[in-house]
Amino acid sequence: MTALRGIAAIPEAALVLALPPLLLSFVVKTKAWFGGRVGPPWLQPYYDLYKLVNKGVVFSTTTTWVFRAGPIVNLAALLTAATLIPVLSSDALLGFAGDIILVAYLFALGRMFTVLAAMDTGSSFEGMGASREVTFGTMSEPALFLSFIVLAIVTKSLQLSQMVGPQLYASSNSIGPAMVLVVGALLIVFLTETCRVPVDDPATHLELTMIHEVMALDHSGPDFAYITYAAALKFLLLGSILLHVALPHPGWPRWIDAPLRLVELIGLAVVVGIIESSMARLRLNRVPLLLAGATVLAALAAVLTITRSTA
Amino acid sequence: MNAQTVTDCVLVLVILLNLGMLAVSRLASGVRLFAMQSLLLAFLPLSADVLEGESPGVHALVIAVGTIAIKGIVIPHILLRIIRTGEVHREVEPFIGFTASVFVGALLVIGSFGVATRLPLPTSPISTLIVPVALSTLLLGLLTLVSRLKAITQVLGFLVLENGVFILGLLLLKQTPLLVEMGILLDLFVGVFIMAIVVYQIRREFDHMDTHLLISRKES
Repeated sequence: MTALRGIAAIPEAALVLALPPLLLSFVVKTKAWFGGRVGPPWLQPYYDLYKLVNKGVVFSTTTTWVFRAGPIVNLAALLTAATLIPVLSSDALLGFAGDIILVAYLFALGRMFTVLAAMDTGSSFEGMGASREVTFGTMSEPALFLSFIVLAIVTKSLQLSQMVGPQLYASSNSIGPAMVLVVGALLIVFLTETCRVPVDDPATHLELTMIHEVMALDHSGPDFAYITYAAALKFLLLGSILLHVALPHPGWPRWIDAPLRLVELIGLAVVVGIIESSMARLRLNRVPLLLAGATVLAALAAVLTITRSTA
Repeated sequence: MNAQTVTDCVLVLVILLNLGMLAVSRLASGVRLFAMQSLLLAFLPLSADVLEGESPGVHALVIAVGTIAIKGIVIPHILLRIIRTGEVHREVEPFIGFTASVFVGALLVIGSFGVATRLPLPTSPISTLIVPVALSTLLLGLLTLVSRLKAITQVLGFLVLENGVFILGLLLLKQTPLLVEMGILLDLFVGVFIMAIVVYQIRREFDHMDTHLLISRKES
């Protein structure tokens, strides 16, 4: 049975690795549709990655090994996280009790190395981007953990793949409004961590206003390909955590479950596209208020679940 | 979605609106949030009857209609009018920043959830959330009252505080006579009316003073 499970996991893992750039394409196409344009071809992100991988790399003479390690460590951390997070079906490849903490800190490790690589260049723009990234990262982490706490209380489990899916679906009727708050908090965390519009604008062209993009200015060739791909992968991973919590599936068979989840992921990408086309990004000094709002939502949800479970 | 879940959702929304009122930077949006909160609260007395398996009684209906009319429509209308006609600065001007006050608000909410479980109650409430939500609405109203500079926001804080009293009153809905509730609503209305006049007067005084200064400067 475990062997069969292992074989079934191979096409799924391949799909998870191939999917991220396509999701970004859906976001871009939605934005183009809102602007009345056709937009780039569907496979453009793949062409970009192919082009970047075949290019040479230029390193600034002021940089050290940290700059070279940055993109690789970031991608490696996210790929490791991908094995622990349920993406298409509701069980992940690996898992153990307490892996939520590992997942959260793998994201943090990736961020830390991106930030260190950015600071290593000595560019003031990159330093500014790094400062913002760390500030917002620090403020979104409590919201993420408080949301995990709610899920852990509801499903009585500390393993990410046990905290979503059928276990969550079974108890979703008894939780009531707390779940909506958790979904709201996770949505804000998702938009912050993937550098999407109310917080950061991936299409901006001004170094002064960038957050994530500015940190990648000095990377070139394959290194930049790693960064682009890692950003897309992060979108997929956090998006699937959000979807598994927002729309838990009761243990349906895999051939219904996985395609349906794929459709939902595409739907999420379209929703992100709609958010990006319909609102402007917040003023930088209003962003902490948004993130504080996410933390407060998650804290309120935690208090509600705790009162509910003790009553 | 049974009546219990709907009641719980309404109560959670009430807390969120409270926190939203601490976060918004425009006076008018704060007033609109308060109007929304009062409209939501107006349905609670009805749901209290529905939960006990009877059709809504006259008592609950009168309270609901009175709340919608006075707190949902008339009072927000008066406040919005003051903000619109008076050339008051349209921003909130808090003593403590928005993010900080949202955090303090969240702590107060958590605190009231902690306290509420230890309170002995005379009757069993229609929802376990009633007491904590009432306490946190009271405290957040008080926070708005003390942490904002403007006379209008202080009126707003007072109104939110009264909403908290209203939620607490739902516990004793069957035991309180209608007259008491109506008396509270009337008091509130008169209170806001007087405060509106006072705010108007303050503004007029200052306007007058300003123009006077301008004229004297021209003459000299």
